[in-house]
Amino acid sequence: MADFLQHIINGIATGTIYALVALGYTMVYGVLKLINFAHGDVMMVGAYVGYATALKMGPGTRTSFLGAVVVFLMSMACCAILGFLIERLAYRPLREKPRLTSLITAIGISFTLEYGFQLDIGFLPGAAPRAFPEIIVPTEWLIIGDRDVVLWNWQVLSFAIAVALMLVLQYLVFKTRFGRAMRAVSFDHRIAALMGIPTDRVIAITFMLGSGLAAGAGILYAIKDTIVQPLMGLYVGLKAFVAAVIGGIGHVPGAMVGALLLGLVEEFVVGYTSSTWRDAVAFGFLILVLLLRPEGLFGRVTAEKV
Amino acid sequence: MQSVQATAKAVGLPYGVRGILPILLAIPVIGLAQWLLGGLPFVVYIASIVGVNLILAVSLNIVNGMTGQFSIGHAGFMAVGAYTAGKFSLHAKDLVISHLPAAMSDQVLFLFALLIGGCTAALCGFIVGLPSLRLRGDYLAIVTLGFGEIIRVILQSTEAFGRALGLAGIPQWSSLFMVWIWAFITVLAARRIAGSSHGRSLWAIREDEVAAEAMGVDTTSYKVRAFVVSSFFAGIAGGLFAHFVPIINPGSFTFVKSIEVVVMVVAGGLGSTTGAIVASIFLTLLPEALRSAFTAISGNAEIAQRVDQIRMPIYGLLLVTLMLVRPQGLFGNRELWDVIPRWIPRRRRAA
Repeated sequence: MADFLQHIINGIATGTIYALVALGYTMVYGVLKLINFAHGDVMMVGAYVGYATALKMGPGTRTSFLGAVVVFLMSMACCAILGFLIERLAYRPLREKPRLTSLITAIGISFTLEYGFQLDIGFLPGAAPRAFPEIIVPTEWLIIGDRDVVLWNWQVLSFAIAVALMLVLQYLVFKTRFGRAMRAVSFDHRIAALMGIPTDRVIAITFMLGSGLAAGAGILYAIKDTIVQPLMGLYVGLKAFVAAVIGGIGHVPGAMVGALLLGLVEEFVVGYTSSTWRDAVAFGFLILVLLLRPEGLFGRVTAEKV
Repeated sequence: MQSVQATAKAVGLPYGVRGILPILLAIPVIGLAQWLLGGLPFVVYIASIVGVNLILAVSLNIVNGMTGQFSIGHAGFMAVGAYTAGKFSLHAKDLVISHLPAAMSDQVLFLFALLIGGCTAALCGFIVGLPSLRLRGDYLAIVTLGFGEIIRVILQSTEAFGRALGLAGIPQWSSLFMVWIWAFITVLAARRIAGSSHGRSLWAIREDEVAAEAMGVDTTSYKVRAFVVSSFFAGIAGGLFAHFVPIINPGSFTFVKSIEVVVMVVAGGLGSTTGAIVASIFLTLLPEALRSAFTAISGNAEIAQRVDQIRMPIYGLLLVTLMLVRPQGLFGNRELWDVIPRWIPRRRRAA
């Protein structure tokens, strides 16, 4: 029973990180109908920016509340800029081209980031994993029994941050003018442009929001794993995408539910079999979902327009 | 191919011979190359790598180029072929087929191993293709990616396949001749498919799936067939690969390998077989050439290693630049012989 509870806690903790990344996927897919393969790598960059900022601060400052907030904000801002640049330079010129070209570009960007960060030239960090400085001192938040079940403070924190950000996002998408513009672009960006919506700006802001969320996820992930490394975004990105598809891509709460579900399934399979299966679980689950319910749990069935 | 067939028709060869004429022509040529270069192990090794990449690129082009689907799990099929063929050879390496000299018997067993690997990969292609090819574009891409990863994880956690260490001690039966004859067969098959009515259906699916379906093309069935053919050749490539590298392990068949092949296909031009050939040869030789050049100039291996490191980010940037500048690839969906006349100035052509 204690095992079971611990797995649930760990599963939810992983799931919340997937959720933050999945939200970015789902938003970008919503407005552009593009799988932004580079999204996981933006998360990796976010973790590295957080790493650099925390190192600059020194041990005293970074563990303070303000320090941690600055680390988060700094990395989110940097990634928002990175997301903006990626969109502006790599995706916007191809928007009217077949979707396959954008997909290939996305893979190209992802490769450049992953392997670029493995070089050790100039400011690039090199392939070796680096220990992430503690910006939150890990303490047990809740202990049940004789340390049978442990709930860490960062697990609670990441869950809280994820839920808060999701609520903000939900508000943004459904209650604000920008959200209405975003939904219009998602429905049909050409008609939206005819209605006077600045589609380029809406898409750019969507990218920046998504990348900012990914940066937050990157730091939370680095806290969880205690290391940063250039390939950390690869699998998290793919799994977050899987989560977004499971929830019904383009659907904000769906991404959250899909991610939590995926986190739990993964944790249970790994917990009761072997950790080598960790990377296969998500994809097996994805294939299953796509075969049974291709539109995802919350997605709508759309007929192909001719 | 048309010209070869026309020649055959003119010569008046019987129908059956006409079909295999290109292979009959290729055998002595590749045999000669084997005889000339056989003594240079490094050249043979590089040529084999080029050949394997060529098979991968040309076969992936059948799915990604001709049919317009987007598969990014080609390394998974290659892994299936490599491990199946490798496992077969490991068990069969002490066998000698009676009435045959030892070298000959090995080659027959090798051929068996390759075919078994290819067929297993084709079967996997069928199993993956049947359900997932109902999905479109992005979803298919992510499913093929997922499949490739699942294959890798299975290999990595099965005792019989040596887990992360992989298979060692596979007999080194491969030769330049074997690799390039298979490369030739792959190209021939791809060209024949492109020219056939089967190929026309694939092009139709590529151009507009809904329209193709309206014209009576059974899209799912054709897509699955393209997938099966493509994975068969990927399996063969894997089998060949397993017989000239000292060790195969799951690390050789990651997502990165799949992307390398995709880059070759995209750079050559989606749908262009000759484009895939040119791109695969060029992109395989380029890093090798750079590495050799840097080692020769600087005299130390460290810079050469640096070049190898830099290759992957350059791959990524190349892909992005290519899509921005020339989204249709080097040759578009045309072939080499359609493109070359355009490069020759008009005046000279008239003269």
